[in-house]
Amino acid sequence: MDQSVTNRRSFIKKMAMLSAMTAAASMFPGILFASEQEKGIPKGANLDWKKGPCRFCGVGCGILVGTENGKAVAVKGDPNSSVNKGLLCVKGYHQTMCIQSKDRLKHALVKKNGKYVETPLAEALDIVANKMKTTIAQHGKDSVAMYTSGQSTIPEGYVASKLMKGAIGTNNLDCNARLCMASAVTGFLTTFGADEPMGCYEDIDHADYFITWGNNMAEMHPVLFSRMLEQKSRRDVKIIDFATRTTRSSTASDRSILFEPQTDLAIANAICYEIIKNKWVNKSFVEKHCNFSKGITNMGYGLEDNYEFTDKPEKINFEAYKEFLKDYSPEKVSKYSKVSVMDIKYLASIYGDPNKKVVSYWCMGVNQHTRGTWMNNLIYNIHLLTGKISKPGDGPFSLTGQPSACGTAREVGTFTHKLPHGVVMNQKDRELAAKIWKVPVEKIPSKPTYHATEMFRAVDRGEIKFIWTQATNPLVSLPKTGRYRPAMEKESCFVVVSDVFPTPTSDVADVILPAAWHIEKSGLYGNSERRTQHWDKMVEAPGEATADAWMFIEVAKRMGYGDLFPYSKENHVEEIYNEYRQFHEGSKHGMAPLEVLKKESGAIWPYVEGKSTQWRFNAKYDPACSNGEAFHFYGKPDGKAVIWQRPFEDAPEKPDAEYPFWLNTGRVIEHWHTGSMTRRIPVLHQAMPNAYVEFHPDDAKALGVRNGENIKVTSRRGYCVLPASINERGLPTKGQVFVPFFDENMLINDVTLDAFCPISKEPDYKKCAVKVEKA
Amino acid sequence: MPIKSYLAHPVSGQKEELIMALRNLKQCEVVPAENQNILAVVTDTSDEKEEQILKEKIEAINSLKLLSLVSGFNTPHN
Ligand code: SF4
Repeated sequence: MDQSVTNRRSFIKKMAMLSAMTAAASMFPGILFASEQEKGIPKGANLDWKKGPCRFCGVGCGILVGTENGKAVAVKGDPNSSVNKGLLCVKGYHQTMCIQSKDRLKHALVKKNGKYVETPLAEALDIVANKMKTTIAQHGKDSVAMYTSGQSTIPEGYVASKLMKGAIGTNNLDCNARLCMASAVTGFLTTFGADEPMGCYEDIDHADYFITWGNNMAEMHPVLFSRMLEQKSRRDVKIIDFATRTTRSSTASDRSILFEPQTDLAIANAICYEIIKNKWVNKSFVEKHCNFSKGITNMGYGLEDNYEFTDKPEKINFEAYKEFLKDYSPEKVSKYSKVSVMDIKYLASIYGDPNKKVVSYWCMGVNQHTRGTWMNNLIYNIHLLTGKISKPGDGPFSLTGQPSACGTAREVGTFTHKLPHGVVMNQKDRELAAKIWKVPVEKIPSKPTYHATEMFRAVDRGEIKFIWTQATNPLVSLPKTGRYRPAMEKESCFVVVSDVFPTPTSDVADVILPAAWHIEKSGLYGNSERRTQHWDKMVEAPGEATADAWMFIEVAKRMGYGDLFPYSKENHVEEIYNEYRQFHEGSKHGMAPLEVLKKESGAIWPYVEGKSTQWRFNAKYDPACSNGEAFHFYGKPDGKAVIWQRPFEDAPEKPDAEYPFWLNTGRVIEHWHTGSMTRRIPVLHQAMPNAYVEFHPDDAKALGVRNGENIKVTSRRGYCVLPASINERGLPTKGQVFVPFFDENMLINDVTLDAFCPISKEPDYKKCAVKVEKA
Repeated sequence: MPIKSYLAHPVSGQKEELIMALRNLKQCEVVPAENQNILAVVTDTSDEKEEQILKEKIEAINSLKLLSLVSGFNTPHN
């Protein structure tokens, strides 16, 4: 056999194996295939294995990538990574297969007379820098903006922040983590005064109960879910799935409890009501470590442009809180939540049992919520009242979606209000940034500007005249894209898109910059459990594709800020990380030195005296605790966490006579977010080639809808046509339809509503009203 | 030259036996799931007849409960 036939044959065999694995993944939630992957590698292959984190989700599995002759030929789970212990999910195994996609962006493209013209990168960067400079000169520094990603590396996020806030002097920097994690951040800050989970994945090995709140972990955090299933097979562990839709996670759980959208607020309060009524409160914990507060209610939903909101916290006492909860007895809540009194009491009894360890997991269901901050607060309330927090196997755990939503967006702070340490509103935080960045402190503005949704509204209004997006696809992922697509097409705004593949967002760009993919550059990511992971460049990027951090630096130099960006092309990742680490020095957030991260499969911050801190705020594990007590919530000035009085409030738009269905949107295991990478991986694309609209069978029957039939889903914003799916992947509750958002040919975000949580400004993709009809 | 992939379900408690039996067939590649009672199998044979014989051999394995086809590919002869 000649070489090309052999290669083709071994490729097809690999594809066949991957098809089988993908088929298995659709049958068994959390199924994993591990080290046997190596056996598919050609005999005699001389592979060089390099470690790194997975490119895709926030679980942050450790991967090993095998390269031969400069090409990535195999991926396997890193057995040394305590995250995944050698296991990966289907997306993880197939990740490098997208690099070779035929339509890969290898050269800069500049729009000239309506056509994209291949342009040398240096010239394209000149155009970007000039345009930024002239726009600032003509319209002021707040006329330029940058929109980055929870998939940007730590150095990329850091350089973006330094360029926008330190060099140019505008807070017009936000990122797509606003769309997925902002409510988690404001939840942490309001309750604990410090962002990110207190626990770690090792909690899975200790918990007796896992309660998942609106979180389909079998598809979205598959490796963690498989670790939970493994515990279930070994010991008496139970998974309770609490959601608005029956998913693979529900069927693999011990109990599935379904609730009416938005009523999770009421149920969380009902659980607290029961905990207090049955005297399950951990009194000494609450007395020593908690305060009670309430804030403003009826905040609105941010539907109008330039909406602003600032909460006004007010201290209350336990008695007032108890009085407030009287509206949330299981009997009262059951009436509108559609959860039985028995099930509410059952959930409360799990949390209330002093002999059971409980971990609560949540992600988008809780965060993408017009009361997302409140929902985060309410889950913390349950854990604080019972003292089930910051201990192995006991704790609330907010999971993250993107691979570095924590490491980059939250820790480096690529939000309008953030700095690498602290917030722009705080004088001391600005002073620290100015010192490390070597800029005058007056350069850093003290007022936040646009959060993601408002940033694109400002593009539409003509206020933002230059925007640079990086590693994100807002014209598929923003809510109400029907408004923002024409906005980005307007002459008034110059659009620069930096990406690996063409997307509907790059389709409206004036300049497209070719970005290096994950393993074609060095970098660092930070995952859900505060683990920072480093990787070295493994293969060369094709053509002129370049690391985003380096493109930012090149533009900064061209704009005259060269002295602030004195990094070298070869070592910029290392140099930037070492500079960035200075922001977090100390026992509360110390980051591991690069030498450690190069050797080990990640380290969890606070990294103190050569050790990761697995459970924060617990004096037994966390050296930053200094109050002499067992627990110390040191994020708050008095060392106490806050139990918040947060009521149930309705969603901004509910089903009515004209639009009688709830629309819920989300993800599927095969695809990573807007699908720009995974839809270019043949085996994943074949497994899930297009989006669909999922019906409850009773609704489908009433409407006479059959599987596969084209359905028009219409809201007050727009419509989308998709094939019907009945009794396939998931099962929405009656009166609800579900659509995944990965498919750029079926843009469900033309239909969604751009209402957001007034505190976090995170949009709610889970609830709006639609009508459905045969197309 | 067919290449096919299957999911093989072992008889309860006999996953290891099934792995061994399949690995003894030289046209088979086997990747067991870590955490489920199932194996991904790829067969690589020179023609349909050989494929059929192989399939019969696999189906005769005592530790196999169920074999389900996932995908079939045909590559040109050399
Ligand atoms: S679970 Fe997430 S991090 Fe792990 S392999 Fe899958 S996509 Fe990658």
